Order: sequence, then structure tokens, then C-alpha cells
Amino acid sequence: MLEVRGLTKSYGALRASDGIEFDVREGETHAVIGPNGAGKTTFISQLAGDLRPDAGRIVFAGEDVTQLRAPRRARKGLARSFQITSVYNEFSALDNVALAVQARAGHSFRFWRDARQDAALREPARRLLDQLGLGARADVLAANLSHGEHRQLEVAMALALEPRLLLLDEPMAGMGVEESQRMIGFLGTLKGRYSIVLVEHDMDAVFRLADRISVLVYGRVIATGAPEAIRASPQVRAAYLGEEA
Amino acid sequence: MTRGALFWLVVAIALAALPPIAGALGQPFYIDLVRRMMILAIAATSLNLILGYGGMVSFGHAAYLGLGAYAVGILGVYGVTSGWAQWPVAIGACALAAAAIGAVSIRTSGIYFIMITLAFAQMLYYLGISLEVFGGDDGMRLKSRSTFSGLLDLGNAVSFYYLCLALMLVAIYVTYRIVNSRFGMVLRATKSNEARSRAIGFSPYRYRLTAFVIAGAMCGLAGALYANHTNYITPGLASWVQSGDLMFMVILGGMASTAGPMLGAFALLIAEEILKGWTEHWQVILGPLLVLSVIFFKRGLAGIFHA
Repeated sequence: MLEVRGLTKSYGALRASDGIEFDVREGETHAVIGPNGAGKTTFISQLAGDLRPDAGRIVFAGEDVTQLRAPRRARKGLARSFQITSVYNEFSALDNVALAVQARAGHSFRFWRDARQDAALREPARRLLDQLGLGARADVLAANLSHGEHRQLEVAMALALEPRLLLLDEPMAGMGVEESQRMIGFLGTLKGRYSIVLVEHDMDAVFRLADRISVLVYGRVIATGAPEAIRASPQVRAAYLGEEA
Repeated sequence: MTRGALFWLVVAIALAALPPIAGALGQPFYIDLVRRMMILAIAATSLNLILGYGGMVSFGHAAYLGLGAYAVGILGVYGVTSGWAQWPVAIGACALAAAAIGAVSIRTSGIYFIMITLAFAQMLYYLGISLEVFGGDDGMRLKSRSTFSGLLDLGNAVSFYYLCLALMLVAIYVTYRIVNSRFGMVLRATKSNEARSRAIGFSPYRYRLTAFVIAGAMCGLAGALYANHTNYITPGLASWVQSGDLMFMVILGGMASTAGPMLGAFALLIAEEILKGWTEHWQVILGPLLVLSVIFFKRGLAGIFHA
């Protein structure tokens, strides 16, 4: 589904991505963990096409997408959610998701009909909000949603794109315990239906959701494997898990 | 009836009632004044599409006002006085110019976008000054007003007034439809959060450029009307002062609102007219008034009317 080879990105002397090798199989949830500053967001931004790598290749569904910009990749089925909430604040939750549905529906060079009355956009959007537990908040301005609701909205928008690969950048960031549990439960229902790259700090979530885990430290993947193998790896414990445990 | 519908009904009735009232009072001057307000309201409405809804701070929108006016004037010089030919040429020329200017400037943002749009407008302004055949600095008188196969006489102040009223309402309605359509949602959403738009697959450039061209074309119509209104064209129509006035109308009236540009155009010209009656140094008073209005009416005049 996704193959990353030798991905490298530097900021001055800092190598944020240093020859990353990474792949995602069809239907797999592949988590990326690593300490702060390990280059996780830089990595996911390159996958999404928001950042251009200095070197390396990204092959998505058999096609080299390294040179494609974010909008093209999104249309090919690569959807991302942002670590720091990035929604349309002046629009309602429903508008936000409807815009994502609209993006999925093809070009938007339609100038006359009221998009807010368009059932083809509003109904799928409403269903997604219901699934994420935001149904009652559909008409609230995104700016007025709580932090946890923002995270849910991020995921709803990514799903509205009917992606083949979901890039989730810390979907649980800053959530309360209860909200996190609900989100983990929901992401669990997506498992197998989507291929997912999950960047997450919450170890509980990672070990419950991931089929495989890659550990990123200083821009390098130091280990990839099944959750048990990663948990047991002395190298990983030293580099990362040790700090948290 | 909703508040918005009621507002527009009152506006339409009031504006439609003005010519007979002004005629009865023996003050035809008001017909002239309000006609000018409505023409500039069309220009401001077009600017609002890119400035208010698109977040593109174009400081050169008067370029299309000037270009539209010159299209009418220049065709007149060569004997083409039919409005059926002149006006589409004015609109088309402005659409083309906007496509060219937009293609370059929309690649930039922020202060660079402001400066580039200003630079293009100033280029057209100086081009107008250098064209001695068409009056150069002084501008020139139209050979005749645009003709419409005898259907409509723009020399008749009242019928021209009603044409401007109709076109203004159409321009506002068309803009209203556009900004609420799928296209408009993308335009507004991208102003709100460009990174998010890219992430879900919209390429902002095409949507912005399209809006830029629509706005230019609509302003070209205002330019064609303006040439007929004054029966005279001057390069000053494309000057940065005029661009600034248009921006001010939009901001004063309320950015990204349906009625805002019209209210702003009306308010600015009325204030100008009143102050001119008091003192020749009217700009000294108008300036601070505008500053105060921006400070106190954050959502513009439209915010007061909820329109």
C-alpha cells in the first residue's frame, strides 16, 4: 500500500528524517512512536505531501507520489489529520465535514446551487459526525468546539475523503482519559477497513491498535516490528520506552 | 419574511422611488449621485468576492474600473458605439487582464500580493496617461454614450438610473449565489485555513484565480457603466486612490457580507458629499471619521443591519 525508501529531510544541520525506510500493508495499522523531536510530524508531513523530502521515494498504491503536492495526494486517497487541530474555525462542524465530502466528490467549479442545501454533501457529513459522536454538535462553529471534539472532527474530515490510507497525527493529543478511550474504541472499529499510519504518544492506544510499530529516534527508524517485539527490544527501551516507563 | 429579504425589499423600494421623488423636488442632482453610488457599489461588490470571501487583499482593483471604461471610450473612438459590443468587450478585456494579473499575483501572498496588484494597476494607470490619442493625462470625452439598438437611452438620466439599479441588484445576487455555492465554500474555507484545504485535496490556486477573474469581469461592467455615467474617461479611474476607495467601501460596509459593499459605497459617497458642502478641506474630516467607523463597527455597516 505504502512504501517509503531512504526518505531524508534536513533543516540546516538537523536531519529531521534520516534515510527512513517504512511501509504499510493493505489493511494494516502501522504506528510510529518516538520521543519528542524525533521527527514524527516531519515524517507524516512528507507522506501527506506538505513537505518535500530532500531525497528518497514515496510509493503509494504502486505509484511514485514523491513529487506530487498535498492536494493531488489527497485526491489519490491519502488523507491526514493534524496534530495541532486544523479545521475551518468560522464554519460549523457540519460545514467542515461537508467540505471534505465535497473535496472527495471531485472538482468544485459549481457556482450556483447552495452547497448548504445539497443533500449529497450534507447527509454523508451528518452520518460521519454521528459516528464520531459529534452529531449533536453539528451546527456549532468549529471554533467553539472543545479540544476533544476538535480531534474527533479532524478524524471525521479525514474519513469523509474515503481514503485508502489514513495518516493520523496524534489523534488523541491533549484528550481527557474518557475521550481518549472513546477515540481508541472508534479507531479500533476502523482497523482492517483502512490502512492506517498512526503517530501517537499514548502508549496504551498504540499497543492496543497497532499491528506493527516503528520506532523513530533522531529521524531514523531504529526498529520495526510487532508490538510485543517492540516492547521487548532492549534497544527501544533504552532509546524511548525507558523514559516513559 | 426573513430579516434579509425585508432589508432588500426596503432597499429596492427606496432606490426605485428615488427618481420620481427627486424629480418632484426639482433635485435631479440626486439621481446622478445615487447612480454613481450604485455603479461603485457594483465595483465594491466584485472586490468583496476576492477581498472579503477570498482573503485576497487586492490593492489594484480600480484597474478593471479603468480598463472597462477605456474599452467603452476607445471603441467609441473607432466608431463602435453599440453597447451590445462595447460592454461585452469591456467585461471580456477585464476578465483577460484579471486572468493575467491573477496568474502572477496569486502565487504570492500577504504584503507581496498587495504590492503586485498595486503595481499592475499603476502600470495600467500610467499606460492611460501615456496614451495621447485617447487624451493622455486629461482623459477624453466619449464620442457618444453606449447605444442599445434604440431600446435604452443612456442619455436619459432616469432610465440609465434604473439600469444601474437593476445591474447592481443582479451583481449582488450573483455574488451571493457564488459565495454560497460549492465553489464559494471552497474559496471561503481556503481563506479560513489554507493548509486544511490542501490536505483535503483542494488546490487553492485555481479557485482563487477563478474568483479573481469573476471579480475583474464584474468590475469591468462597473467601468463600462462609469464611462457612460460621467460621459468621460480619465486614467484616474485606475489610480491607487480609486483602488483604496473601493477597499474602503468594502471594509467600511463589512467584508464577506452580502450588503456590505453597497452600504459602504453609499456611506462613503454620502459622507463625501455632505462634507464637501461644509468645507473644501473635507478629507481632513473624512479620514478620522473612517478610522472611527472601522474601530467601532468591527463587522462593518452590514453588521448593524444583519444583512
